Amino acid sequence: MTAVAESRPTRGFSPAARLRGWIRNPWGRPRFLVLMTWAYILWSIVPVLIAVQFSFNGTRSRTVWDSFSTRWYWGDPVDSVWHDPTLRHALVQSFKLAGADVLIAVPIGVLLALGLARWHGRGSGASNFIMLFPLVTPEIVMGVALLLVFTELFTFVHTGTTAQILGHVTFSISFVVVIVRGRLFSIGRQYEEAAADLGASPFVALTRVLLPLLTPAIVASAAVVFAISADDFVISQWLSKGGETDTVPIRIYSATRAAPLPSVNAIATIMMVSTLLIVTLGFVAWRVFTRGERKEGAKEELGAFGM
Amino acid sequence: MYRRWLWPSLSAPGVLWLIVLFVVPFYAVLGVAFGTVDPILFQPVPIWNPLQWNVGWVVEVLHRLAPGGIWFDVGIRTIVYVAFSLALCLLIGYPVAYYTARHAGRLKGIILILIILPLWISYMMRMLAWVNLLQTDGYVNRFLMFTHVLSQPRGWLEGSSSTVIFALVYGYIPYLILPLFASLDRIDRSHLEAARDLGASPWSAFRHVTLPLSKTGILGGAVLITLPMFGDYFTPNIVSPTPKTSMIGNQIDLYFHGGPQPTVGAALTILLAAFLTLLMLYYMWSIHRAQRDVGAVGAL
Repeated sequence: MTAVAESRPTRGFSPAARLRGWIRNPWGRPRFLVLMTWAYILWSIVPVLIAVQFSFNGTRSRTVWDSFSTRWYWGDPVDSVWHDPTLRHALVQSFKLAGADVLIAVPIGVLLALGLARWHGRGSGASNFIMLFPLVTPEIVMGVALLLVFTELFTFVHTGTTAQILGHVTFSISFVVVIVRGRLFSIGRQYEEAAADLGASPFVALTRVLLPLLTPAIVASAAVVFAISADDFVISQWLSKGGETDTVPIRIYSATRAAPLPSVNAIATIMMVSTLLIVTLGFVAWRVFTRGERKEGAKEELGAFGM
Repeated sequence: MYRRWLWPSLSAPGVLWLIVLFVVPFYAVLGVAFGTVDPILFQPVPIWNPLQWNVGWVVEVLHRLAPGGIWFDVGIRTIVYVAFSLALCLLIGYPVAYYTARHAGRLKGIILILIILPLWISYMMRMLAWVNLLQTDGYVNRFLMFTHVLSQPRGWLEGSSSTVIFALVYGYIPYLILPLFASLDRIDRSHLEAARDLGASPWSAFRHVTLPLSKTGILGGAVLITLPMFGDYFTPNIVSPTPKTSMIGNQIDLYFHGGPQPTVGAALTILLAAFLTLLMLYYMWSIHRAQRDVGAVGAL
């Protein structure tokens, strides 16, 4: 509140003068923008909170609030997340894909980022180019491409879990590269050069100096990969063979088009809380690891989590 | 020797992965789109040799997209929906990003986190939230009837273009605000002070300094949301049951998940990808120009 008071340059003058000063002050806080920003934030978050609220509804309605109950999580013997096999399988499948994606995409992406940052020979330009492409390709195009390659060319990979994991890793690698490369640029080359001056071979400098310095970026990219994999709909859907390979987003999607129960809100809430928890953990870990090296506030660190 | 091979060999697994599972799949789409169809089973018969490619299906799809063709309306509708959504996203997103970057003060960190938060909430969860609210007896109708804006509940989810556009805006706007914020936050305040010292009104300082300097953010964010919006099929499917609001993505989805003709779907995908590549090239060209202009402002 004090900041608001400070930004009024004409304290003590008549209201008209104050208003004029307020309009003319280029660093003041225009009230229209304040209202707009908070309205936007409410608009973007409150509907989700209402959806969470209805996951605790005591009746089958998702529009009329009755009473608080955990029936849609485990109470209901047929339709709760815990007892409905389709919902339970979806949850398991989502976590399975996200876990496998982290385990495969993070190592590959870290190595690729290191290689691309330091390799300047023939082929490095083209590799860089290929790496950027998955970031700008609409998911439907990637989904069609992967589906066709698994049905027409690599026919030994059937649609289902394996195909889904391969697809998730393909779109995740680039995110890991972008995050790790940002960290590599901010570290600079001086630590490696110091290690080399002290007699370390490039490989030793890499494993003993560079990789420990990259830990925050590796943790952050693991969290980000988990989140984008768990939230992914298009690639999972195109490579799903139905049944147990449907993930939570696919369940939500098909439920919104049928007559859904609050159990859909419940499974969506479980997924949302897990994702936000992982991302927050990654963010906290990043802050702990980079403590003491920050010069300019939240910019760089949010950079890794903003995409 | 080993020194020279260390870095390329670190990149090898990643590059190999992307070649096998990104470049080759693209080629598979080309092979199917320029292939033929088995006359009895209607299964696609891909042709892998580019010299023998059959352009028949791509030409057929082009005909359907041309004026008078059966998909002409869908194509125009897609462009109109995306254009409206983009305009609305900019109209809402720019003031929010501007306020956060310039005036948020001590609240900047919190506001930034609240703006980033929706990015980490699944798209489907956010759509589900609105599907609940927009039901006939949902909160939106009840609120509008309580405030006497409506006298009886409106069927928001019964196939209206405005609902689809609203859902697209809601879904994609967080991806636009972030690059906008980044570009506005980077602007050096001394440029603005200089403009004001030289007698510019707040409005003309905004128009001649802030707006041009944030152009890369506007373009970057616009591309970031336009490309996926052109390929969207799930948003119209969720909030509207009729084919009257379907987009190009829905046609592709239909040919793979409903219809028997992946070849047509592949041809349509190729054309969509080509169109988006043109958009991307235009973006790169305008970024190049914007950076040249910004260079001129910086030199002032």
